[in-house]
Amino acid sequence: MAKKPIEPFLWGLFSAGGVVAALLIPVHLFLFGLAFPLGWLTPPGYESLRALASHPLARIYLFVLCSFSLFHWAHRFRYTLYDGLQIKHLNEVITVFCYGGALAGTAAAGYLLWGLR
Amino acid sequence: MAETIKLEVTRYAPERHQAPTSQSFEVPYRKDWVVLDALNYIKDNLDGSLSYRWSCRMGICGSCGMMVNGEPKLTCATFLSKYAPGPVRVEPLRYFPVVRDLIIEMTDFMAKLRSVKPWIIREEEKPLSEGEYLQTPEQLDTYKQFSMCINCMLCYAACPVYGLDPLFSGPAAIALAQRYNLDSRDQGAEERMGILSQHAGIWGCTFVGECTRVCPKHVDPAGAIQQYKLTAAKEWFKSLLMPWGAK
Amino acid sequence: MVQIAADALGCQVKPGGLSGTPSHTAYHPRWYRERVSTYWWLWKWRYLKFVLRELSSVPVAYFVTLTLVQVHALSDGPQAYADFQRWMTHPVFLTLNAISFLFVLFHTVTWFNLAPRAIVVRLRGKRVPEFLIAGSNYAAWLVISAAVAWLILRS
Ligand code: SF4
Ligand code: FES
Repeated sequence: MAKKPIEPFLWGLFSAGGVVAALLIPVHLFLFGLAFPLGWLTPPGYESLRALASHPLARIYLFVLCSFSLFHWAHRFRYTLYDGLQIKHLNEVITVFCYGGALAGTAAAGYLLWGLR
Repeated sequence: MAETIKLEVTRYAPERHQAPTSQSFEVPYRKDWVVLDALNYIKDNLDGSLSYRWSCRMGICGSCGMMVNGEPKLTCATFLSKYAPGPVRVEPLRYFPVVRDLIIEMTDFMAKLRSVKPWIIREEEKPLSEGEYLQTPEQLDTYKQFSMCINCMLCYAACPVYGLDPLFSGPAAIALAQRYNLDSRDQGAEERMGILSQHAGIWGCTFVGECTRVCPKHVDPAGAIQQYKLTAAKEWFKSLLMPWGAK
Repeated sequence: MVQIAADALGCQVKPGGLSGTPSHTAYHPRWYRERVSTYWWLWKWRYLKFVLRELSSVPVAYFVTLTLVQVHALSDGPQAYADFQRWMTHPVFLTLNAISFLFVLFHTVTWFNLAPRAIVVRLRGKRVPEFLIAGSNYAAWLVISAAVAWLILRS
């Protein structure tokens, strides 16, 4: 079999991340970033939020949300950098930065969520 | 004297000019005139040396594409009245090399069209005696939209990715490949996938979507490219799950 | 027709087609080709909108970072989480959050509007109209958002 190109895989991640981000980030960001800090809504207490977040399903959910969104970012940001700024010659640096960032973020998410009890 | 409108037309003579310049012409303003009529008026009455392409005058041949006030347009289907009171800027199609005045060099486009093998590919042709390949209206419907392309290149002039990377296959060529991929009589999808699943093929596209907006034939090349990407990604994951199924 | 034209112009189509130099560079040493400005996306609202759409990925990454910090604070104990909540009320974060929220909404809307162009659904041989697919995307978005908000607010 011929060598597999990597683009279809990365694009698949990008699209999955795009769907996840479109469906889920607005409500999260609205609640934790605006509604709670501004006092529009009463935030859940520490204990109950921790209990909710450490449920196995919630941890898987958060992991998927974080990781896929990061791969979505990596793809888009990479293309924006080299079409928007015409810095194709830095191709390798950009690729390493974007996908390296996404991988590092995924690892961090795995580590943090694994340790959340 | 009757009403006139000003046209600012790009002039470029490679043997005399370093770079294109713009020349102004006053032409009669008529409600039923398209930009191409105004250019013909200039050529017939004001300056016979003005060079540009046209043929059918009815939006079918695809040869009269130019930038009108910065937008890629078929000049035979773009009315002067849309730009009244003027001036109307007429330039050669963007991103293509300019040969002279409003004429661009399209060899690159032709080569790209050809590179995606836009014809019906059969693993084995059936003998003539067995008759034609039949197709239902539903089957026709799956690719009909992509077969309406008239090769006017407006979509290339709208595509910043093509401007930035001249190697990019570009909207019309990929839409045309998709037109044959979706044709029930065709068996060349895999062959074309090998050609187009490269960086300069479908993956160069970032779905700016301008190609679709400017297309005079509603081909939706941007949609074709995303559909192509989706197929490529599906194939990729399929062959990952079933490596033995890979041909 | 294409083939004939390409042959007539004597252009070489390499097998594989797309690599190497663009085939038109072999001709017309005198033709004029304009360089694309680095700021091509600034001059036209539609291009700018495209770049903003692509840049919505930065707030997405910001949100992930924020969420990871939050999870970290959650596992560090009540004091750490109270600190996190206090930061969030700082005007700098509020501004960042508000801008990011707008960008993320922009991503959601553009994503749902464009998705039907990539995903062709056919029912009984007819293509399902785009607005129906986009509409069901929005419906799913509302339902899921409500469910997430309910889970969080209830706890
Ligand atoms: S896809 Fe549309 S804009 Fe592009 S060449 Fe074909 S008809 Fe012209
Ligand atoms: S002259 Fe034929 S399309 Fe305009």
